Amino acid sequence: MTTQAVDQIFVTIKHWLVFHSPGVIQPAVSLLLSVLPLLIIFPSLFAVTTVLERKGLGRMQNRYGPNRVGPYGFLQPLADGIKALIKEDIVPIGADKLVHFLAPLLLVMTAFLEYAVIPVGRNMVVADMDSALVFFFAAGAAMEVSIFMAGWGSRNKYSLLGAMRAVAQMISYEAPLILSSIAVVMIAGSLSTTTIVERQSGFWGVWPYHWYVFTPWGMAGFILFMIAATAESNRSPFDLPEAESEIIAGYFTEYSGFKFALFFLGEYLGMFAISGLAVTLFLGGWAAPLSFLTFIPSWIWFFAKLMALIAGFIWIRGTLPRLRMDQLMNFAWKFMLPMTLVVIFSAGIWRFMPSGVVRWVVCAIPIVLLYVLLGRALMGGRKLEKRTYRFAE
Amino acid sequence: MTVPFLILAAITLAGAVAAMTLRKLVHCALALAVSLVGLAGLYLDLGAQFVGLAQVLVYVGAVVILIVFAILLTRGDEPPSPRVGRAVGGVVISACVFAVLAWAIVSGGAAQGASAASLAPISDIGHAMMSRYILPLEVVGLLLTAALIGAVVIAMEEKRRTK
Amino acid sequence: MLGIGIMKGLVETARNFFGSYTSKQRLTTVQFPDERLLQPEATRVFPFLVYDTDDWEKGLRCVACKICEVECPPRCISITKSADKKPDYSGIYSGKPQFYPEKFDIDVSVCMSCQICVEVCPFEAIKMDNAFELSTDDRFGGLLWQKERLAKPNSYYQAIHPTDAAESDAALAEKKAKAEAKPAAAAKPAPEKAGAATER
Repeated sequence: MTTQAVDQIFVTIKHWLVFHSPGVIQPAVSLLLSVLPLLIIFPSLFAVTTVLERKGLGRMQNRYGPNRVGPYGFLQPLADGIKALIKEDIVPIGADKLVHFLAPLLLVMTAFLEYAVIPVGRNMVVADMDSALVFFFAAGAAMEVSIFMAGWGSRNKYSLLGAMRAVAQMISYEAPLILSSIAVVMIAGSLSTTTIVERQSGFWGVWPYHWYVFTPWGMAGFILFMIAATAESNRSPFDLPEAESEIIAGYFTEYSGFKFALFFLGEYLGMFAISGLAVTLFLGGWAAPLSFLTFIPSWIWFFAKLMALIAGFIWIRGTLPRLRMDQLMNFAWKFMLPMTLVVIFSAGIWRFMPSGVVRWVVCAIPIVLLYVLLGRALMGGRKLEKRTYRFAE
Repeated sequence: MTVPFLILAAITLAGAVAAMTLRKLVHCALALAVSLVGLAGLYLDLGAQFVGLAQVLVYVGAVVILIVFAILLTRGDEPPSPRVGRAVGGVVISACVFAVLAWAIVSGGAAQGASAASLAPISDIGHAMMSRYILPLEVVGLLLTAALIGAVVIAMEEKRRTK
Repeated sequence: MLGIGIMKGLVETARNFFGSYTSKQRLTTVQFPDERLLQPEATRVFPFLVYDTDDWEKGLRCVACKICEVECPPRCISITKSADKKPDYSGIYSGKPQFYPEKFDIDVSVCMSCQICVEVCPFEAIKMDNAFELSTDDRFGGLLWQKERLAKPNSYYQAIHPTDAAESDAALAEKKAKAEAKPAAAAKPAPEKAGAATER
C-alpha cells in the first residue's frame, strides 16, 4: 500500500460505496458516509478525552486519576455513560418544558455543525464552502442561544444568572476569536478552510516554513485564538458560569442524567471543533511537521495536532485558578481586543514586505511593544511577588 | 417554488407567527430566532453564502441575545393584552406595509427568479466593499463606534449615579 | 512582565505531571485498601480486654472493679460484677481468687477513644486497640461489643504496642513480686479495695 493510498483510504472507500449504491439514493448515501464518521469519531474522542483529562489532572495534582474501571481506568467513560443513562431525568415543576428539553439538543446540534468545515485530512472535508470560516463562527454563535435557553428553561434564578454570565463571556470573547482569525484570512486570501490549509503547505528544507504559527502575527494570533477558544468553550480558567464551587453548576444546574451528559458532550465537542479550527488556521491543518514525515497519513497528523492542543487545554486547566467575572471581561476587552487589532496590523505589514528576517523582526515589534505596554498599564503598578507562608517555614 | 424554498418559507412564517402570538415574551424572542434562521436558509438557498451565514452570525448570535437580555433586564413575562381597536389598526397598517413591499419586489423584477450567474463570490463582495462602497462602510463603522461609546457612557452615568 | 507567573505555574504543573511517574514524592497517594499507611505505635481506636494464657474466660485480667465504668466520660462501659470468684488461672494475682465481670459491654459508637479507662485501670486489664476497619451493617447491636469480642490475648497487645506492653508486663511482674514478698501486707488491702469498689 503506497502512502498515498493509505492517506486517501477513507475517500476511496466512500467513493466505492457511493458508486456501488443505486443511483436514486446516491446523494443520500454520499451525505451519510460523509457525516457518519464524524458522529462516531468525535464522541469516541470525547469519551477518551474525559478519562485522559481526569488522569492528566490527577497526575498534575500529585494523585492518580481514575484507575479502577478497566486497565488503568480507561473504561471509566463506559461507567460514566451507564450512570448518566440510568439516572432519573428530573425536570423542575415550573420549568419551561419545551425550552428545557430543546436546549441540550440545540447545543449538541450546533457543536456537530461546526465539524462540517474542518478539513480532517487531504480531500477530507464534509462541506467545502467558500465562506467556511463564517459558517464555523455562525454555528458557534448559535451555541450561545442554546446556553441561554438552558438557563432560562430551568426556572432557577441562579441558572439564569449563570446563563447570562456565560452568554456575556462568550460574546465578549467572540470578538478576539474572530479578529485573530481575520489576520489568517488576510494573508491566505480566502475564507475557505481547505484553501487556508493549502496555503500553508510546502517545506523549506525540512522545516514547514509556511505554517502561520511561525510568523510573529501568527504566533500571537495563535495564542490569542487559544485563549479566546478556552473562553468560548467555558473551560478553566474561564469556567465561572459552570463552576461547581461558585454557583453549583450554573446554567445546567437543573439538568440530570442524560441531558447533563449531552451538555458535557456539547461542551467538549465545541472544544474539539475550535481546536480543529486552530490547527487548520495556524498549525497547517493536516500537513506533516517535517518534510521526511510525509509518509504518515494526513488524518493522523490532524488528530495528533488536535490531541496536542487538547493536552494544552488540560495543562492550563490544571494550572490556573478561575478568573472572576470582571477579571474575565477586563481581560477580553482591555487586553485581547487591542492585541488582536495589532496582530491584524502586523499581518498587514507582513503582506507588503519582502520575505526575510527583517520582515519577521519588523512585524514582531508592534506586537511585543503593545504586549509590554498593556502589561505594565493593566497591572496597575502591582508586581508579582513570591508567595511566603507564615507558618509553614 | 421548489421544495427547499417552501420548507424554508414555512419555517420563517411559522416563526414569525409564533413570535406574534406566543404568551411568554422570551418564547417570542426564541421564535423570532427561528424565523431569522429560516431567513438565513432562504439566503443560502439563493446561493448567497456569505450573507446567509452572516445573517446567522449577526442576527441569531448577537441580535437575538440582545433582545433576550433587553427582555430580561426590563420587563417581566407577559405582554399586555391588546384591545380590539388596536388590533384592527394593527391589521390595517400591516396590510398597507405588505402591499407596498409586494409592489416594490414585483416591480423590481426580482420575482422572475435569480440566475445562477449572479452569484456573488466573497472576493467580489470584499472588493466592492473596499472600492465602491468604502464610504458607506466607514460610515457604518463610525455609527457602530458611536453606539458603543454611547452605551458605555450611559452605563457609566448610571454607575456614577448609583454610587 | 505579564505572563511570567503563568509560565512558572505551567512549569511546576509539568514537573508534577512527569515527576509523578518517577518519584514517590510527586505521587503521594496511598491506595487504600490495597496499600496501607504505617500507623504510629501509639495509635489508639477502641479498648479491648487483655487475657493471659490461652483461655479468654479464665485468663481475663479484669476483676470488675468498675473504676473504668465510673471514669468513662461518655459512660460507654457497662459492667456487671459476678457473685462468685474465679480462681487465678494465669497466676498474676498470686493464686488468690478474684471477682470477674459477668457482663462487660462497651458501646463503641459512643466511645470517644480518650483512653481514660486505660489510664485508671489498676490491673492493666483494659488497653487500647488500633484496629479501625470496624464497619457493620447491624444497626441495633453491631457496635455494642461484649466480653467475648473485647477479649484479646496479651501476645496481641505485645504485637501492636510493644513499648507499652513491655511497660505493662514489667508493672505486673513488679506488683506480683511485691505481693509475694509481703504476703501478710498484700492480703489485707485486696479485700478492702474490692469492698471500696462495691460501695460506690
